[in-house]
Amino acid sequence: MSTYAQKKGFGATLWDYLTTVDHKKIAILYLIAGGFFFVVGGLEAVFIRIQLAVPNNDFVSAGLFNEIITMHGTTMIFLAAMPLVFAFMNAVMPLQIGARDVAFPFVNALGFWLFFFGGVFLNLSWFFDGAPDAGWTSYASLAMASKGHGVDFYVLGLQISGIGTLIGGINFLVTIINMRAPGMTYMRMPLFTWSTFVTSALILFAFPPLTVGLVLMMFDRMFGSNFFEASMGGNTVIWEHLFWIFGHPEVYILVLPAFGIFSEIFAMFSRKRLFGYSSMVFATVLIGFLGFMVWAHHMFTTGLGPVANAIFAVATMAIGVPTGIKIFNWLLTMWGGSVKFTTPMHYAVAFIPSFVAGGVTGVMLAAAAADYQYHDTYFVVAHFHYVIVGGVVFAILAGTHLYWPKMFGTMLNETLGKITFWLFFIGFHMTFFIQHFLGLWGMPRRVFTYLPGQGFETSNLISSLGAVFMSLGVIVLLYNVIMTSVKNERVGNDPWGDGRTLEWSLPSPPPFYNFKQLPLVRGLDAYWLEKMEGKKGMTPAEPLGDIHMPNASFLPFVIAFGLFVAAFGALFNMDDKAWSVPVIIIGLLITFGAMFLRSVKDDHGFHIHKEELMEDDNDKGVKA
Amino acid sequence: MANSQLNSGNPRVDIEYRRKKSAEEMRHHVVSFALMIFLTLIAFAAVAIKGFSAWFIVPFILLLAVVQVIFQLYYFMHMSHKGHEAPSMFLYSGVLVGAVTILAFSTIIWW
Ligand code: HEM
Ligand SMILES: [Cu+2]
Repeated sequence: MSTYAQKKGFGATLWDYLTTVDHKKIAILYLIAGGFFFVVGGLEAVFIRIQLAVPNNDFVSAGLFNEIITMHGTTMIFLAAMPLVFAFMNAVMPLQIGARDVAFPFVNALGFWLFFFGGVFLNLSWFFDGAPDAGWTSYASLAMASKGHGVDFYVLGLQISGIGTLIGGINFLVTIINMRAPGMTYMRMPLFTWSTFVTSALILFAFPPLTVGLVLMMFDRMFGSNFFEASMGGNTVIWEHLFWIFGHPEVYILVLPAFGIFSEIFAMFSRKRLFGYSSMVFATVLIGFLGFMVWAHHMFTTGLGPVANAIFAVATMAIGVPTGIKIFNWLLTMWGGSVKFTTPMHYAVAFIPSFVAGGVTGVMLAAAAADYQYHDTYFVVAHFHYVIVGGVVFAILAGTHLYWPKMFGTMLNETLGKITFWLFFIGFHMTFFIQHFLGLWGMPRRVFTYLPGQGFETSNLISSLGAVFMSLGVIVLLYNVIMTSVKNERVGNDPWGDGRTLEWSLPSPPPFYNFKQLPLVRGLDAYWLEKMEGKKGMTPAEPLGDIHMPNASFLPFVIAFGLFVAAFGALFNMDDKAWSVPVIIIGLLITFGAMFLRSVKDDHGFHIHKEELMEDDNDKGVKA
Repeated sequence: MANSQLNSGNPRVDIEYRRKKSAEEMRHHVVSFALMIFLTLIAFAAVAIKGFSAWFIVPFILLLAVVQVIFQLYYFMHMSHKGHEAPSMFLYSGVLVGAVTILAFSTIIWW
């Protein structure tokens, strides 16, 4: 373990992370970047709640309010929730299937840097005349009318980070199909790996429609085409379709990994095999499939006609069935188990009623005729925050506590973890439960203020106070992270003591090659099986031999940076700035030059020799 | 995949069998190649010969295109061989998702 004992200088560490192709380090990058954007989006949410806390407030102007809600939604979905989910996929999935890395480590790094530069580009809009203000859905009629460059930042930024997500998803698919350890059949894969698999397939099919939509919008805004301009024979509804063909699968892209994390937690801390494993797999796949057949439920009031509305309403309600299967399986996993209430388990238990509430309002919204009343009110806001916060954010917080030791080798403080949980849990319900009623009473969504005397005052104030609790929860979590890192008390392989899957059979954090010898998987919950037979670790499936590893590379950073530069040029090209075309060319030269370099330079990676691996063993022997 | 190990160092590989397999493969290639040329000629002919309405020609050529894609995938890109379950599953899911999209667009937006 010599690598960890040495202290590296700051510069060396930074360079290490800028060039890494190791899935565990990329996971940490995703965690840091996603966490940063989560805080940014959270601050925007706080501003929204301050503005709405009292009627007729002038904390922000109407225009700025639109920019804040747009950036809040866009940041939270694309730059916070997705990358945080990707962080856990990267950190855990290769370990869970017994692989030494993902299939294409270079592409993995490229995916991260594309996401990162896309996100930075989007947020730089704050410093150039104004952020996007057409909503995170950026409906075409609104977006085309938006002045300034906000929407162009949206289009180009999401395009760049979308490519990153897409190649990340493909990478995970190839990894899971090809790199499972001996004995790891599909039906022995842990549920988090399964949900990573289905999620990646959803990414593969859902992101191209978004790409197409963004390209059309880019042409409309920058080059004067008329795809969405009705007066010129275009059709503004096409954007809505393209967006939601992507958008609904997107919500499952977020929530399926959350389901995966919770499935792991329920099994671990009920100390029982997951109830109904095969039906869980079936339900995950079915949800993935149905997820593509329901997008028009976001467009009931667009005027699709009664037949189309009825079809999409029924399809939407059908998704409730596999989701229900999952809920019951989780409950039955806890039933009769010896439940240990750790911090992750707190989130898992709280997730069930919270998410069910979101699902029930979902089915209410799916009743097309009733949706005419709910649509575009705070009821919808309450619905999607119940599923996104109660599902995805709870899972991310739970996953942070659960996998922290595996990623960093230290345990987050459990007491502080529970304080975070209670603050966040109370704040969440306080903020969003009341919003159901605000919606039913008629408060429209996306308004920057309201008048006194309409019966909205008290409820809005309660809602804003809830946001204070959630903010405190996040602050306690940050404090916990800092304290834990300062104390730096190292933990062993299986710090929770209840690990069931392969990642817990490895040191925390695992060595950079993960498995010295690939493990032999003899069933579901492979590590648990070995523990129950009194063995210390996994049985190796191969003799000790040389390990082939990829070289680190700075090129992914450069490729993504080139696109970032080119995007600036493209954006200002609309103002006929003389320097914009050279900037586009320079940016593209950087990108394609780096790609060319990558293609012509043979990079065979390196081998870790058997002797070094054995030496590592001795090191550990000495320490232990 | 079947013929990828022709020159492997494994002494137990049955060279005779492999050779026969490869010959059979080659025949399939040639036959499907001829068929594809033939289909292409028909497509051109459908346009060149006067008298067919566009409502016949367009779907007809699309149909021929689908057949060609299938030939391409199964005979030239070896999808008929074992070990291609995952790619074919993803191909067909993609086709399904695309078809649903086109169906929805053509029924509720454009007509
Ligand atoms: C039981 C499953 C679900 C059903 C039946 C359902 C149904 C719906 C319906 C019908 C709408 C449209 C409401 C309207 O605009 O009038 C909607 C909106 C929304 N849902 Fe869901 N949903 C479900 C699960 C989820 C999940 C799991 C997520 C995210 C993780 C999610 C996120 C959203 C978002 C973000 C919106 C608002 C989009 C917008 O207009 O800005 N939903 N849902
Ligand atoms: Cu939806």
